[in-house]
Amino acid sequence: MVDSAPLLELHEVVAGYEEVEVLRGVSVRVGAGEIVSIIGANGAGKSTLLRTVFGMVSPRAGSIRFDGTEIGGRAPVDVLKRGIGYVPQGRCNFPAMSVEENLEMGAYLRRDGKIRADIDALLARFPVLATKRRDAAGTLSGGQQQILEMAISLLLRPRLLLVDEPSLGLDPRMVELVFGTIATINREGTAILMVEQNAKKALSVSHRAFVLELGRNRFEGTGQELLDDPDVRQHYLGG
Amino acid sequence: MALLEIRGLVKRFLGVTAVGGVDLTVAAGELVSLIGPNGSGKTTLFNCVTGYLGADDGRVLFRGADITRAAPHRIARLGLGRTFQHVSVFGRLSALENLLVFVQQHQEENLLARLVRTPRVRRLEAEAVARARTLLDLVGLGAKAEAPAGSLSYGQRKLLAFAAALMPDPELILLDEPAAAVNPTMINQMKDHILALHRQGKTVVLVEHNMDVVMDISQRVVVLDHGQKIAEGPPAAIRRDPGVIEAYFGR
Repeated sequence: MVDSAPLLELHEVVAGYEEVEVLRGVSVRVGAGEIVSIIGANGAGKSTLLRTVFGMVSPRAGSIRFDGTEIGGRAPVDVLKRGIGYVPQGRCNFPAMSVEENLEMGAYLRRDGKIRADIDALLARFPVLATKRRDAAGTLSGGQQQILEMAISLLLRPRLLLVDEPSLGLDPRMVELVFGTIATINREGTAILMVEQNAKKALSVSHRAFVLELGRNRFEGTGQELLDDPDVRQHYLGG
Repeated sequence: MALLEIRGLVKRFLGVTAVGGVDLTVAAGELVSLIGPNGSGKTTLFNCVTGYLGADDGRVLFRGADITRAAPHRIARLGLGRTFQHVSVFGRLSALENLLVFVQQHQEENLLARLVRTPRVRRLEAEAVARARTLLDLVGLGAKAEAPAGSLSYGQRKLLAFAAALMPDPELILLDEPAAAVNPTMINQMKDHILALHRQGKTVVLVEHNMDVVMDISQRVVVLDHGQKIAEGPPAAIRRDPGVIEAYFGR
């Protein structure tokens, strides 16, 4: 799956908050059309990695190249315009606005005439949202909100979607639905870079994965290789 | 005697019944899990038991005493501790200080004794600090004791909140999704610790979607759906229950 030039390439990225250095030289590649997972202990720097790619944290060293262009330190709105979407940890849509209005907000940066058609297409693709299109987003269940957040991010037609802990707080059926949705989005051509503590689940749907430890690369391999690795199993998958 | 007894508890929000007349009895020393789909009323039930929400109907008894209308801090002092699904920490305080906030202040409420810092006050403080350090080590945050809690990741904050709930050494502890956002290896340690609390005679009620945790450690599982109890029994029986498979596990 890996092209000679990956879609996203982080090389020796250093980043953090004030005096705390969270990423201490991390290198990660995502090829076009791949699902790549980041796993690791709590505080290893996984969420910070996604925030740094999206421009919410500026790298102090190293490079972040997207489609051949350096994007390290660019503002989130620039990163978004270049084709990277971001679904953060936890739910953060506009709870008092309807599902449909939330989707319209997702198209805020667009100026073309196809927004309406795209929203209708998304609602058709995610029936769980279509039945609730006029309901306030805050009344949706956690899993439905997660799917809404992903649908919103798709309105800018990203080539890469960053997803932070999509299964957080979801019941088993919703976890299946959310991971199924991620696989669907990927099959339609969007690459996925995902952070997930439900590591066995994440690895089972990933083409490749990276294990971070204390802000550094620790392991790298296909999803299956990491699932089979005794060290990874013991230290990161709970045995 | 039942340690916790919930009788016909009802909670409605704007006409929507979140908890529709639930009965639940937990004996002293039991380890019970409460499962159910998102929105089935698990957290609302916890909130009613711990005084964060007023029940519309029904009663809650703790050690036989009615706590239905009691304030959260009174309930906590009776020995009923809890964690929250969505954690909040004191971001500018260190991890250690966050735990010290949870020390049972009523152990020594005499202001003069505190100002003078009597030997007893100093001993209690030293004990609290030692206990906090032990709990931080337990959740893998020993090295972060002096770090501002605001610098911790979401998962680390969950672990800090778990430790904080154990600080006052409650008789009954209600855990609301302690494993969510926590790394699988740390979840195993958390599981071991819940079992250790159970062996010490503590009573635990756990809300959790991680079935490895629920099925491994629970003596009894109670299933809620749409605010109603739809099943109750040992883990193995719950796993096979067609109604639970339909409402919760899927397929």
